[in-house]
Amino acid sequence: MSAPARKLERGRVGEAVRRADGIPKTTGEFAYASDLQAAGMLWGHTVRSPHAHARVGEIDISEAVTMPGVHAVLTHADVPGTKLYGLEYADQPVLAFDRVRYYGEPVALVAAEHPEQARRAAEKVRVEYEPLEPVVDMERALEQDELHPDRPTHEPDHYRDDPRANVVRSILIRHGDPDTEGDVVVTGEYELGIQDQAFLGPESGLAVPDGDGGVDIYVATQWLHVDRAQVAPCLDLPPEQVRIHLAGVGGAFGGREDLSMQIHGALLALHTNRPVKIVYTREESFVGHVHRHPARIRMEHRANRDGKLVCVHARVLLDGGAYASSSTAVVTNASSFACGPYAVANALVDATVVYTNNPPCGAMRGFGAVQVCFAHEAQMDKLAAALELDPVELRLRNALAPGDVMPNGQKVTGSLPVADVIRRCAELTVPEPEPLPRDSLRLPGGSGNVTRGEGVKRGVGFALGFKNLCYSHGFDDYCAARVRLFAGADGALAAEVHCAAAEVGQGVVGVITQVARTELELDDVTLAPGTTSTVDSAGSASASRMTWMVSGAVAEACRAARGELGARGGTLAPGEEIDVEKVYRHPQTWPLDPETGQVTGERAHVAFICSAMRAVVEVDTDLGLTRAVWIGTAQDVGRAVNPQAVLGQIEGGTAQGLGLALMEEIQTRDGLITNASFTDYLIPTTLDMPPVDAVLVEEPEPDAPYGAKGVGEPPTVVATAAVAAALRDATGRDLTRVPVRPDDLIGL
Amino acid sequence: MRIELTVNGERHEADVWAGESLLFALRERLGLPGSKNACEQGECGSCSVLLDGTLVCACLVLAAQADGHEVVTVEGLAPEDGPHPVQEAFVQAGAVQCGFCTPGLVVAAADLLARTPDPTDDELREALSGNLCRCTGYAKIFDAVRLAAGAS
Amino acid sequence: MDVLTPRTLDEALRLRAETADAWPIQGGTDVMVELNFDRARPRVVLNLNEVAELRGFARENGTLRLGAGLTYTECRRELGETLPALAEAARTVGSPQIQNRGTIGGNLGTASPAGDALPPLLVEEAEVELAGPAGRRTLPLEEFLVGPKQNALAEDELIVAVHVRPSGARQTFMKVGPRNAMVIAVASLALAVDRERGEIRAAYGSAGPVPRLVRAPLDEADGFPDRVAEAASPIDDVRGTAAYRRHALRVLTARALERCAA
Repeated sequence: MSAPARKLERGRVGEAVRRADGIPKTTGEFAYASDLQAAGMLWGHTVRSPHAHARVGEIDISEAVTMPGVHAVLTHADVPGTKLYGLEYADQPVLAFDRVRYYGEPVALVAAEHPEQARRAAEKVRVEYEPLEPVVDMERALEQDELHPDRPTHEPDHYRDDPRANVVRSILIRHGDPDTEGDVVVTGEYELGIQDQAFLGPESGLAVPDGDGGVDIYVATQWLHVDRAQVAPCLDLPPEQVRIHLAGVGGAFGGREDLSMQIHGALLALHTNRPVKIVYTREESFVGHVHRHPARIRMEHRANRDGKLVCVHARVLLDGGAYASSSTAVVTNASSFACGPYAVANALVDATVVYTNNPPCGAMRGFGAVQVCFAHEAQMDKLAAALELDPVELRLRNALAPGDVMPNGQKVTGSLPVADVIRRCAELTVPEPEPLPRDSLRLPGGSGNVTRGEGVKRGVGFALGFKNLCYSHGFDDYCAARVRLFAGADGALAAEVHCAAAEVGQGVVGVITQVARTELELDDVTLAPGTTSTVDSAGSASASRMTWMVSGAVAEACRAARGELGARGGTLAPGEEIDVEKVYRHPQTWPLDPETGQVTGERAHVAFICSAMRAVVEVDTDLGLTRAVWIGTAQDVGRAVNPQAVLGQIEGGTAQGLGLALMEEIQTRDGLITNASFTDYLIPTTLDMPPVDAVLVEEPEPDAPYGAKGVGEPPTVVATAAVAAALRDATGRDLTRVPVRPDDLIGL
Repeated sequence: MRIELTVNGERHEADVWAGESLLFALRERLGLPGSKNACEQGECGSCSVLLDGTLVCACLVLAAQADGHEVVTVEGLAPEDGPHPVQEAFVQAGAVQCGFCTPGLVVAAADLLARTPDPTDDELREALSGNLCRCTGYAKIFDAVRLAAGAS
Repeated sequence: MDVLTPRTLDEALRLRAETADAWPIQGGTDVMVELNFDRARPRVVLNLNEVAELRGFARENGTLRLGAGLTYTECRRELGETLPALAEAARTVGSPQIQNRGTIGGNLGTASPAGDALPPLLVEEAEVELAGPAGRRTLPLEEFLVGPKQNALAEDELIVAVHVRPSGARQTFMKVGPRNAMVIAVASLALAVDRERGEIRAAYGSAGPVPRLVRAPLDEADGFPDRVAEAASPIDDVRGTAAYRRHALRVLTARALERCAA
């Protein structure tokens, strides 16, 4: 075999660019967080709670510290600074004291020379637990004892004061006249289980003491600077003594927004004065990060005979688990998008997220929007059936468009081609059913060989969804980039870009260099490693914001550098350099009024992105097994900065949405996770994913640099709903809960 | 305990704890972290290597079982003059995102093409069904393997 | 922990007899999960990889002798004609990587209710050959499987081989899981329609404490799906419900009968 020709080396905005990290990732050279080593390195291990809810008494480490190879055993008493941390609210103990609130909560730490020594010592840490009744039902939680009696997330000036117990936050949106009646009414109750990001690279990192009391942490994360903001106070160190560096990230999808090993590794490293590596096992990873919020949703849609929605009521209840994480943003998003990308003049949306002793939930791709999309799209199909209208036509008649006012009072501005994505998706040719006989691999049940065609029925579903881009509701969201422009020995210009944006696989590294090459009109551009020590924050690799924000920041820094270059006559002498750092902010947003849920300024969200999807499935209606046959989708992308990468995001995002529809659920019993492994938490394989026929709808977003929108989330938002709709079509059943179980498909 | 094995054509000796997997030994003892530690229960294929020419999950081989045997890891796949055609094709086709599954997939795909140079779609999907990818939805991985097959 | 690596079967048997608590390991697909997930720390692991006598299979007077170290890949590749249900079952085991490594002997040793090779071997009335200090003994697979993850292997014995006299009956294997590849069976079924002996044999997996054989005369095919479903004693667990498992067995049996009648 000979290697295919190398192409696409050095692209600019709009071109399909080879990933700079591509070859190193295929050869094994690329260093992920778990690959790091340092001389004299110890292995850290986390002692975790076996209880979902318990009082913590004495912690006896006396035997553990004497075990072979052990260098340190630490508890909450060894946390030198603040004992609590959190992404938005500091409500989570670095190491448990007084009580544990979820299964797997960190209680103590061990550092030893070999991971086996650390595990054996961990076994000898004696923790006195007094088990308490776990709060595990999100509805009952509202009346049970407070898990956080000091209500850390309550900010009475900004948010509705909700007297019910265990409320992390509730949002009430009253829009128009919620009592408005329609000719036709459909109601439904929907439920979603807990989905896991299931990134393949387990939480890992290496903490290295600097000898001067500070620490360097090499970790897989989504936001270096917010990690530092949480780590430094717990270590009782000034931020500059905590340097966080991006190690290779093996997927994220929201699950690396919260801290995992960062503080723990640093505590052990500072205590032992040795580098400490922590690598979670897969089992540990399932308790080591937040999950997608499970939800119970009730909706009522009222419409006129002509198919026009007149009023929507939505009640959304989310289980946030033991700690706040990003629950407040998730519930706010759920309330914003509860009515879907449809124009509706009257609405009542009541969304609440509660604390329980279930696994903590937070960010996962499409958060808040995924849950409500599953519900509102089931409702739209019900409504279409009640009105005897084509489901696509019903969606077109109600499509949200620029100029329309959303239930939160925000007038849609900019680009939001909802009707376009519906039409373009509906135009895609649905493949004809493949004749029998076929290999079992192409039938429901796959390699299980259960059918030759018996019981198999085909179903087709359609769904539409949308969500916001960037952070919302008044958050001061910014991104910094720094450009060094210099001349080599031969006088040729070259540039080095510094940006702390987390490359989590989405390809932001490519976007940064593409933008820099475009703006500098220069090919010789390199990107420095991501770190907190050479540049200000880039913000989080989340909320579909990174492409937008780094494009803005890098472009500004490049333009400033070019301006300076012009002022110096257009050339630099060998050794001379220009070094500028710029901060970019997207258009401002405003919070909602706590009483009415209406936006208090021009916009609550910066901008929106939408997607339509058609799914074709075959269901073995006797066994309740499914084969996804084909997915067609039209997605709004603003402008595709790198079309190949955009398609990759759409295909991958679709797989995660399909997984939630068909198989992915963290199961719990009294708060304890019962399937913390890849044997029992199933994600789609090569035999589960159908081909995805994707159309990119390019209508540049006027507020976004290059008109580009972040594209990672909409396919996940809409895929669960689309696949569920196809399953309903195949089986004729309501299927109000995802993941849909085989039992549900056959009505057991 | 001491083991001796050949990895990517080179003789290695390593002192291992008896309970260690081949994966741990490769990654932490022999400086070959290309094989990835994603599930350590044979459910994801990220640690795929060739053991005496057979595709296996290195996490399910006891390091001591590799004593006296030959292992090829992702680091040893490429010829000296550049990447292996499968590696090149993965980048070309956009099959790499976070990349954590990539080494295992590259080894599995190279193994498939060595046995079946022009696989059907079913053969391709079945051969890679033990390699989970969470980023790509697999479409571009299939493209990459077809591209590499075409290049042969 | 220690690892012992015998080079011959005699040496393996001697070491096994000397270290009663040793864990035999062959393909490692079960044992390594226990080790990696810190669920077990055997004092001694007995590595059988180097014992050539355990590998492959042989034909002896119309009987197949499957070495305990026979892999699923070998079953798929070599036994599709003689033991088609076993070959079909092998295709459903994990992934290619697992099929390359996992062995029949491992499936017997673990004796999981979900062991994919067990129902097809039960249907073919396989016998298990065990060796120990007192010599060799064989016993029917049905008797070898005594409970969930429990078998009749004595502490000083090793599983050496499985003996099957291929029935030549039409047969098939089916496995239900919520994903189209790489699943532990939620329910599985092997079935053979043995016209020569005038009987139907079916064996289920993941629907009771052990995989179990159910027989009926050929002329009782109509009631057979119910009979298999009723013979099972499934439970609710993280992978599925008892009701679903029983239902699935009924469907699988009916389909398998049709397949094997054709």
